[in-house]
Amino acid sequence: MTPPLLQLDAISQRYARQTVVDQLSFSLQRGEIGCLLGGSGCGKTTVLRCIAGFETLSAGRIVLDGQLLADTRLHTPAHTRQIGMVFQDYGLFPHLTVAGNIGFGLSALARDEQARRTSDMLALVGLANLADSYPHELSGGQQQRVALARALAPRPRLLLLDEPFSNLDVALRERLGQEVRDILKAAGATAILVTHDQNEAFAMADKVGVMDQGRIMQWDTPYNLYHQPANRTVASFIGQGVLLPGVVCADACIQIELGEACSMRPHGFVAGTPVEVLLRPDDVIHDDSSPLQATVVGRAFRGAEFLYTLALPSGHTLLAQVASHHNHALGESIGIRLDTAHLVAFGVSAPDAPR
Amino acid sequence: MNSNSLSPSPATAALPGWRLPRFALSRWQWLAAGLSLVTLIPLAVILASFLHIDGEIWAHLSEFVLPRLLANTALLLVGVSLGVLLLGVPLGWLVAVHEFPGRWLFSWALMLPLAMPAYVMAFTQIGLFDFTGVVQTWLRDTWGSSAWMPPIRSRGGVLLVMSLALYPYVFLLARDAFATQGRRALEAAQSLGLNPWQGFWRVALPMARPWLMGGVSLALMEALADFGAVSIFSFDAFTTAIYKAWFGMFSLSAASQLASLLVLLVFVLIWLEQHIRGRRAYHAGRLAAPQPRLPLRGASAWLACGFASLVLLLAFVLPFGQLLVWAARVWQADLDARYIDFVWHSLALAGMAGALVVCVALALSYAQRRDPQPRTRLLVRLATLGYAVPGTVLAVGLFIPVAWLDNLLLAWLGEALPSGTTAIFKGTLAVMLLAYLARFAAVGFSSVDAAMQRITRSQEETARTLGESGWRLLRRVHVPMLRGGLFTALLMVLVDVMKEMPITLMTRPFGWDTLAVRIFEMTSEGEWERAALPAVTLVLTGLLPVLLLAHSSSSAQAPSR
Repeated sequence: MTPPLLQLDAISQRYARQTVVDQLSFSLQRGEIGCLLGGSGCGKTTVLRCIAGFETLSAGRIVLDGQLLADTRLHTPAHTRQIGMVFQDYGLFPHLTVAGNIGFGLSALARDEQARRTSDMLALVGLANLADSYPHELSGGQQQRVALARALAPRPRLLLLDEPFSNLDVALRERLGQEVRDILKAAGATAILVTHDQNEAFAMADKVGVMDQGRIMQWDTPYNLYHQPANRTVASFIGQGVLLPGVVCADACIQIELGEACSMRPHGFVAGTPVEVLLRPDDVIHDDSSPLQATVVGRAFRGAEFLYTLALPSGHTLLAQVASHHNHALGESIGIRLDTAHLVAFGVSAPDAPR
Repeated sequence: MNSNSLSPSPATAALPGWRLPRFALSRWQWLAAGLSLVTLIPLAVILASFLHIDGEIWAHLSEFVLPRLLANTALLLVGVSLGVLLLGVPLGWLVAVHEFPGRWLFSWALMLPLAMPAYVMAFTQIGLFDFTGVVQTWLRDTWGSSAWMPPIRSRGGVLLVMSLALYPYVFLLARDAFATQGRRALEAAQSLGLNPWQGFWRVALPMARPWLMGGVSLALMEALADFGAVSIFSFDAFTTAIYKAWFGMFSLSAASQLASLLVLLVFVLIWLEQHIRGRRAYHAGRLAAPQPRLPLRGASAWLACGFASLVLLLAFVLPFGQLLVWAARVWQADLDARYIDFVWHSLALAGMAGALVVCVALALSYAQRRDPQPRTRLLVRLATLGYAVPGTVLAVGLFIPVAWLDNLLLAWLGEALPSGTTAIFKGTLAVMLLAYLARFAAVGFSSVDAAMQRITRSQEETARTLGESGWRLLRRVHVPMLRGGLFTALLMVLVDVMKEMPITLMTRPFGWDTLAVRIFEMTSEGEWERAALPAVTLVLTGLLPVLLLAHSSSSAQAPSR
């Protein structure tokens, strides 16, 4: 395996008394898109600012392409790092046209080279016809693409995107997410995205790190984060679901109230251990012929499907995703069964630890 | 937590056993500290004058001069406070919360007196209301007598003129405070069972108090710094006493000791202002968008209109009209080559000082931006402290160290200089420009910094990720985006320098007479008419920033887009 392009080794960032980033590590391969996902105040933007060079490290080190960028003694100034950044509010220069903004970082190039690169970038983000417009004349999505083109123009070694879609409406967000991913892949860029929106993270990133209290709880592909969360925090942050108590009965099976749930892979607990099992709404299948019955106590209509909250006889509740032609009233009992290809279980008293 | 102390910081690692001294300044802080010397040295020199008190002078001062000065100053402070409150608060309240005939006009026209320096207001009001003036003459012709009119050349006259010239400070702040919270305060009060009148006194007025007091302290600083108006009224104030001590008694030490008393007074005012401003910042976060106004009907509408018209008439229309009439009478004689010289000198000085102040303001604002620490903020505040220091004090405070430096240089260089040299820096434009810089740095700084605040951190950081830093960053990002703010700063300083009387009078090199100096010379001989043409010129240039202010505040008052 080739050495990673970017490596963060146990970096920490502290203000007076508060630890904002706590011994955080991850690495990114060339051409990959990584994402830091977490709620507000989890330290994700600070990590990005450390990489960009706007914050100094209290501990740890950052290496980019074999070059030490920062540790506790060394701090390479932001303007010499060749790391591009797209800010949440885009930070466009109101006194420059779209072309002027995109060409801003190209002053080292010859004039005709600047013009060529600028028009290439305009074409890449599909704004060639707006080269002479000013930022205030553009829509939010267009401004976003200008910011992206401006950051990509000097061919940065790494691109950072801080909540790039948070100022856009939801419909635009989804479309642009895919578009930006395509642009980044076409440019062969390596990028890190910061967001609190799981859909955005899953749509754009190859690798996602779920952050909480300055640490990465799990650094993995979106698929694995959903189906094999490392701990309760990740499980509750990513997707929906409930935890039901159970007892391990075999290498890959756990006895719970709904019967024996088995998965394709062993879960690693000794038989007889009390555990908690994560059940996603798509693990619970509506089946009228099933002997297992649960009472509808809540229902949320989502168009294509219902998300039912079901109460089991023991009083525990579950979530079930059911096709929307199965219209059941509150209080009705419906038949369910489990379909757990990925069985996720946590030890009852195990503390949350990053994996 | 303690891993912090385990990992050595770069400085201590490089120099084991050494700690950086606590007063170490960053280069931005050094810049601000250096610039603050222009204000701090004169202040220090003035305050140090207490170290060598001349007993004889002091005895003379305390026996003959000080009692009257202190009484007059106390009267001035109390009278002007009351005057500007009585004019500014009701007008601000009417214009901000109510709708009545002419409201839109009054909402900006009541700022116009800001264009008229207090000394211009002073001699035109005397011209208007004196025994031989238009008003009394008209009264006598119409009613047979004008004896019941109180004399304008009196203490009451000084207070009236000062209040008319300075109420706009209170009006502006009151208007904005009431516009953003007045209507809501009234509604809250009414829902609790108070009538509108009680609502004003018990809710709206107390809520606006920090703004009102801010306006009053601005007006008081202007009143304390005023030299021209009080000298026209022969009203003994600290500023005129300092001038007389220096240019009449030729006692620099008496001048500087009087100046030190004035500085102490000003410090008390600054302290009050800062105290109040701190609370205003707290309130400002909760200001809402302007709300719709309450229509006044019938008699109250016409009363409101009448009151506002009367103030506008007295504070701007009549005096400006009188100036125009005088100017029309004398312009053929006065509009000569000398007059062109006055205008040229005024413009040249103002232009040089404006450019200097704008550069300094930009440097200070950028320093604060690049190094946003409490210490930088403090140094910048010190560098802009001069706005509160009267021009007379700065003139004396700069002259003393410059004269000292000159003597030192003369002694050193001795033979190397052409024989007969008695001054090197003394009486040069450089000293005058330094005094202007000290006095008006804050004016320039506030508009540059307001524009600087609008540049977001992400715009700056974007430029840094794109490879720019230092002065190139300033040139490529900040300066183009600050263009508007720099222009406003230049304009404001330009106009303020043209109006400035005591600094110009006391530090100008030989032959550098300006419009303000001409007005001083003509008015000290009671030749109001001959002061009119330069005064009209000053008022017309003074209108530029006022109209700019009116425009920007009316667009800020408009409902959000």
